[in-house]
Amino acid sequence: MIELCAITKSFAVGLPYQLTAVRDVSLVIEQGQFVVIKGPSGSGKTTLLTLIGCMARPTSGRIMLRGLPHPGLPGSADSAEVEITSLPERFLTAIRRATFGFIFQHFNLVRGITVLENVMLPAYPTGEPYELFRSRALQLLELFSISRHAATPVDRLSGGETQRVAIARALINNPKVIIADEPTAHLDSGLSSEFMEILSTFQAQGKTVLIASHDPLVYESSIPDMVVQMRDGAITGITRQQ
Amino acid sequence: MSGLLARHRNIIDFALSSLLRRKAKNISLLAVYTLIVIIIASCMLFINALKQEAAAVLKDAPDMVVQKMVAGRHDLMPVSRGEVIGGITGVRGVTARLWGYYYDAVTRANYTLTVSDGGQPAPGSIYIGSAIARLTGFSQGDLMPLRTYKGESKLLQVVRVLPAEAEIVSADLIVLSEKDFRELFNFPAGFATDLAVSAGNPLELATIAAKIVHQFPDTRPIMKSEMLRTYDSIFDWRGGMIVVMFAVAVLAFIIFAWDKASGLSAEERREIGILKSIGWETADVLLLKFWEGAIISLTAFLCGATVAYCHVFFFSASLFEHALKGWAVLYPQFRLAPSINAYQLTILFFLTVVPYTAATIIPSWRSATVDPDSSMR
Amino acid sequence: MIVQPAALALIVAALLTGFMVLYAGWYGVRILLHWDMRSGSELQLSLERRTYLISAIVNFALICQLLSLLLFIYTADALHSLFIGAMCAAGTLHVNGFGYPVLALKIVNFLLAGLWLIINYADTQGYDYPLIRVKYSLLLAMVPLVLLESFCLIAYFAGLQADVITSCCGSLFSLDRPGIGGDLAGLPDRSMAIAFYCNMAATAACGIIFLVKKRGGYLFAALSSMGFISAIAALVSFFCLYFYELPTHHCPFCILQSQYGYVGYLLYGCLLGGGVAGLGVGALMPLRGRGSMAAVIPVLQRQLMAAALVLYLIFTLVVSWPVIFSSFKLL
Repeated sequence: MIELCAITKSFAVGLPYQLTAVRDVSLVIEQGQFVVIKGPSGSGKTTLLTLIGCMARPTSGRIMLRGLPHPGLPGSADSAEVEITSLPERFLTAIRRATFGFIFQHFNLVRGITVLENVMLPAYPTGEPYELFRSRALQLLELFSISRHAATPVDRLSGGETQRVAIARALINNPKVIIADEPTAHLDSGLSSEFMEILSTFQAQGKTVLIASHDPLVYESSIPDMVVQMRDGAITGITRQQ
Repeated sequence: MSGLLARHRNIIDFALSSLLRRKAKNISLLAVYTLIVIIIASCMLFINALKQEAAAVLKDAPDMVVQKMVAGRHDLMPVSRGEVIGGITGVRGVTARLWGYYYDAVTRANYTLTVSDGGQPAPGSIYIGSAIARLTGFSQGDLMPLRTYKGESKLLQVVRVLPAEAEIVSADLIVLSEKDFRELFNFPAGFATDLAVSAGNPLELATIAAKIVHQFPDTRPIMKSEMLRTYDSIFDWRGGMIVVMFAVAVLAFIIFAWDKASGLSAEERREIGILKSIGWETADVLLLKFWEGAIISLTAFLCGATVAYCHVFFFSASLFEHALKGWAVLYPQFRLAPSINAYQLTILFFLTVVPYTAATIIPSWRSATVDPDSSMR
Repeated sequence: MIVQPAALALIVAALLTGFMVLYAGWYGVRILLHWDMRSGSELQLSLERRTYLISAIVNFALICQLLSLLLFIYTADALHSLFIGAMCAAGTLHVNGFGYPVLALKIVNFLLAGLWLIINYADTQGYDYPLIRVKYSLLLAMVPLVLLESFCLIAYFAGLQADVITSCCGSLFSLDRPGIGGDLAGLPDRSMAIAFYCNMAATAACGIIFLVKKRGGYLFAALSSMGFISAIAALVSFFCLYFYELPTHHCPFCILQSQYGYVGYLLYGCLLGGGVAGLGVGALMPLRGRGSMAAVIPVLQRQLMAAALVLYLIFTLVVSWPVIFSSFKLL
């Protein structure tokens, strides 16, 4: 479970051009939920995702993780509650690596290296033996039927293939939460619905899915359990679906 | 522990692949780096080899040489003084030495002519050093003409070419008989070039030298240890001066390395942003940068040292021989005996890799602290 | 002034480490002044990021220190031919008043840098930066020492003039000469060796008690520091006689030369490593209770203690070898 209490994130604090991207947001996301955060661009969706995903620390407020892996910190994963708000970067990174899988708007693959290497990249610094995560990466490529491209540089892939490589990469460390930022912005409708289908299978496996999007195809779909509406950094409404 | 090793292995893997992906940039860096290593290593190896050659020359030198001085110049030494010196307590033996230099106009080189005490060639025959043999083309059995003091040609038969082990010792040497030597230079009988003195106990040499000067105030005793020390300090000084001269080059290289390390392209910045966003930590990126630097340094260091080794020992340091040897212009060509040791390599490491590493620490850290959420903006 | 590649290499390294440590110290001050863990401000974030740079710099300085310590001794040894009467590093270091201070400072700075990295390692294992003030205060203490060392090193080489008559190791460590060298050599050799063995045995016993009962960390640190000193004293007064097979040669540097198989590097390496690890155990003792350190430090202390014990054991075995097996016997 992820719990946000009165989260605010400001940039350039104390300067004339101070900007508050997220304002007093409180939210509870249960494990296994499919959540969409919708709102116009500049509404703070992405910043909220970076705060939840342990990429940045909020200016004020608290974020608690419950029942999620937190390497290096005391307590076992199942029961313990961790406040991540003021953790040092290296612990945030360790949690991010073990807990969250990211899919970015531009997919953010590293150009010039192969599909397989791109998928394995998040596992490199974990200290896991190479053979283990390599076989896992190959399984993932198999799952998304892109095995034949394993040795292809990512620059030569089509849009749909790039998307599937990005999803495979997000899954390499076996995360419990998948975070996607505007994943369908550069996809046509066919690929977008395919993407939603794939994500719904993760939900079926018990993973939490968290998407920021202003694409109606995403937030009007029947798949999400909860749609959070944001504007100017604050939550303006929550719609729950049965 | 195995996790730590696996992490290093994986990151080295990625460091290699990312170096290869940016060939143009890294090859230029590697080329300049290697060049710097070559220059400094050549200079150090060359100086060290000269020191060793000098030590080899002096190894068989007498403990002390006594010269006669006239008006501050080295003059001929009356052989009779040898007997007086031989009577000083502690002196084991005194030998009168005959030697000198000969300028050969044809090959435009200076030879050292010497009369050795043991195993003199018979009058009319000579031994020659390997460099002279190479230079003049004379070999065993040939007649070699030498010009006498009167300008006439004197033919001497080459009976042996001296082996070429420590070339600097024997390369320019002509060994001849006392009779031929005196005839060639009109060297007066009863005089020698200098006297070689040996002592039973080397610790007494200083006392003996003082007694000689007391007895013959116009002589100058030179001790072997003094010569060794002088050679060492001169060679060290030269080597050091050259390194100081190249310090400017090293400095330029460091600025170049700093610039290369801090001037990240947009693509690299994006890549590091991606790595950070997918779960690489600042320390991981620093490690990546460290391994990239280590791979570059190691490659440049090994290539540079190998090339320098070949340059000095197989091509006689042809690029800056004249600057370093000093006397080399008039000296027949010779090859240095190959030698390299861990001490030399450590110094080379300190003069090249350590400054490079220091120059890249701060830029590496800067690039490693890209915000993890930068790739989401 | 001696202009020689090795001297230049050492000066370059000294200037670089001096500059880098000064830079790290400057940010150390800023961290001490402005650190606020509860704040999510950009200043705090940038300070946290600086900590990575500072630990990279101290890492660099430590490795530089270790290599330059070896290079310094080797160079002093190689330069002895330039000085009348100097027969090894002992004579060269004695040529002017900066030689031995440089050596001492190099050893102290190596130990401090090692200690800093141990505390830093412990600190990075904690999620609440528990040792940040300890760590950066120690860093600030290191800065003047490193700068002093760089200054002494440059002054040492600047003051070297070839041909100055100097004492050789034979007289520096001979019995009738006052000063620390003579004092060490003048210690009764056998009782020094006995004291050394007792000290090592006590250190080992204390270490084992700590490993089992988790008590006596301070005692271990004290014993291992005394072990460090008594090992050097016993080496000079007793063990080196067996390496040299000469009853009066007490030089601590000659064992670094090739005719003794460079065994000195192994011995001093073990001693320095063991010394750092032993000191580390003690330095971590008062920090155990801080925040998240309760889980981290005991594990680290056990590892350090094991490392110290193994290194001291190697040292003891190597110095005892010629005493037991050599045909040379002290009368």
